[in-house]
Amino acid sequence: MQSDSADPEFKGIVKWIDRRLPIFTMLHKEYMVFPVPKNLNYFWSFGALASITLIVMILTGFFLAAQYQASTADAFNSVERIMRDVNYGWLIRYVHMNGASMFFIVVYIHIFRGLYYGSYKEPRELLWILGVVILVLMMGTAFMGYVLPWGQMSLWGATVITNLFSAFPLVGEPIVTWLWGGFSVDNPTLNRFFALHYLLPFVIFAVVFLHVAALHIPGSNNPDGIDPKGPADTVNFHPFMTSKDMIGIVVYLMVFAGLVFYAPNFLGHPDNYIPANPLQTPPHIVPEWYFLPYYAILRAFTDDWWFFQIFLGWWMDAKLAGVLAMFGSLVLLAALPWLDTSRVRSCRYRPYYKWAIAVFVINFLILGWVGGKPAEEPYVLISQLSTLYYFFHFLVLTPVLGWIERPKPLPASIGMPVSTPAE
Amino acid sequence: MAETTESSHQEDDGAGRRDFLGMLTVATAGVGGAAFMWPLISSFNPSADVLALASTEVNLDALEVGQSITVIWRGKPVFIRRRTPEEISEAENVSLDELIDPQSDEDRVENPEFLIMVGVCTHLGCVPLGQKSGETKGEFGGWFCPCHGSHYDTSGRIRKGPAPTNLPVPEYVFLNDTTVKIG
Repeated sequence: MQSDSADPEFKGIVKWIDRRLPIFTMLHKEYMVFPVPKNLNYFWSFGALASITLIVMILTGFFLAAQYQASTADAFNSVERIMRDVNYGWLIRYVHMNGASMFFIVVYIHIFRGLYYGSYKEPRELLWILGVVILVLMMGTAFMGYVLPWGQMSLWGATVITNLFSAFPLVGEPIVTWLWGGFSVDNPTLNRFFALHYLLPFVIFAVVFLHVAALHIPGSNNPDGIDPKGPADTVNFHPFMTSKDMIGIVVYLMVFAGLVFYAPNFLGHPDNYIPANPLQTPPHIVPEWYFLPYYAILRAFTDDWWFFQIFLGWWMDAKLAGVLAMFGSLVLLAALPWLDTSRVRSCRYRPYYKWAIAVFVINFLILGWVGGKPAEEPYVLISQLSTLYYFFHFLVLTPVLGWIERPKPLPASIGMPVSTPAE
Repeated sequence: MAETTESSHQEDDGAGRRDFLGMLTVATAGVGGAAFMWPLISSFNPSADVLALASTEVNLDALEVGQSITVIWRGKPVFIRRRTPEEISEAENVSLDELIDPQSDEDRVENPEFLIMVGVCTHLGCVPLGQKSGETKGEFGGWFCPCHGSHYDTSGRIRKGPAPTNLPVPEYVFLNDTTVKIG
């Protein structure tokens, strides 16, 4: 199936450029004849979907920035002007707004793919960590983007999240004042968030480049989690993966368009169409849906929780504990290659860990659900139990299952997925 | 032999000096770069115009017993409540052992009738409810933060929930019986 990987023959201007800057040789090597395992399923299209979403966001973001006014007096009205008066402004903004949600949906599925098929394991640890870095950068970017329309949720979401840093002893308050450029979330804060919201996507772009470069050293993992043994186990990226990705992209764009055209505000919050008012907190502050699981972890730590009182209460307050747990939940994700002690990558051959991952996903969804509920019972108790389970999964279940689980026999090669019993 | 030793000695010496010069160059560039970062980082701190908006004067003439008003000081809401005698005695009679952040009521007021404090929850900065007549005042009759469920008593002290400290009391002076200057 593989064409020979000899250097391609170019002609004319392409040849002239390639001899001076071999980008065409590079593209040929990395995107045409690049070998990918022949058993990849549609989960492997989500990296391409995420890349496309990043480009859509940068493109629509530029055209929004060209109309937006970053001042507390004008921001809300300038967004309404984009929606009502600017040619196709409504479309550009709805694509950008829902693009953020689509980006997180795609990236969460992409991460789940990595979790289930063990894509984070040796030799792809750095690739995985770069992915977590991208996730964190995306969170920062999305958070600051949500502040820009200067609605009630913009202001109060920004207030709650920036206040997280005040939990750190001594340096906390000066850091918050520094972030705000004042004594509350106000005009200086909005200005710098706009500047950062424009800068960070390019940082993301750079890290994505490193992420892809790191991927192209070992090549893609695959549903069996075993290394390709030779050319019989792989196909060329083009046309095999490109055509498969195209199908995924068409379906993805249909879902994206469905959201934009039929339910553009479904994932947003109506309170953000009320202009920001520093004297009135909305009765129920919720972050965007993609932050809810982490928000639930943050809120789980209360003074009267037995777990907090026994293990943490004597050396930190509940607020700091919540903040550390929330950041810790992401740090644990980055540490996963070392927490998972099993040498088998794919859950296809891990009879118990497979179920542990399923429960982990359900628990993560529960965290997202309670994160959107008010801080009252039974939601507080559920968020506390779910938070404990999140950490139990990473710190206890994952290492222990790796030791005690007896994996199913691995196939001899990707080309021969059904292993025959040894004679 | 002697020559070899000498030349290798010289080479070592040269290498050591080159290393030293290299380290010196890197250190100078590093210190210079870090020094240049300072003005950039500092530019994010509150600017002179923000710092200039330091104080606010409030007239309390129209405030009846049991009523509250909210004023803006440094972009933040400041709660002023003219407390009822019951609220004052409730605040004064709490044992300090029951408090998460122990502080007596008299340390928090100039004049017990007027409780003045920054209306920003010490958990994550929401504005607690309890200023307007219809709003919930929480389990301790003071204020309740809807974001994460912190309850404050009639002295603005944290009693229940995730907030670590009492609502802060700003610097203020009574210019006369009914005018207060905050900040």
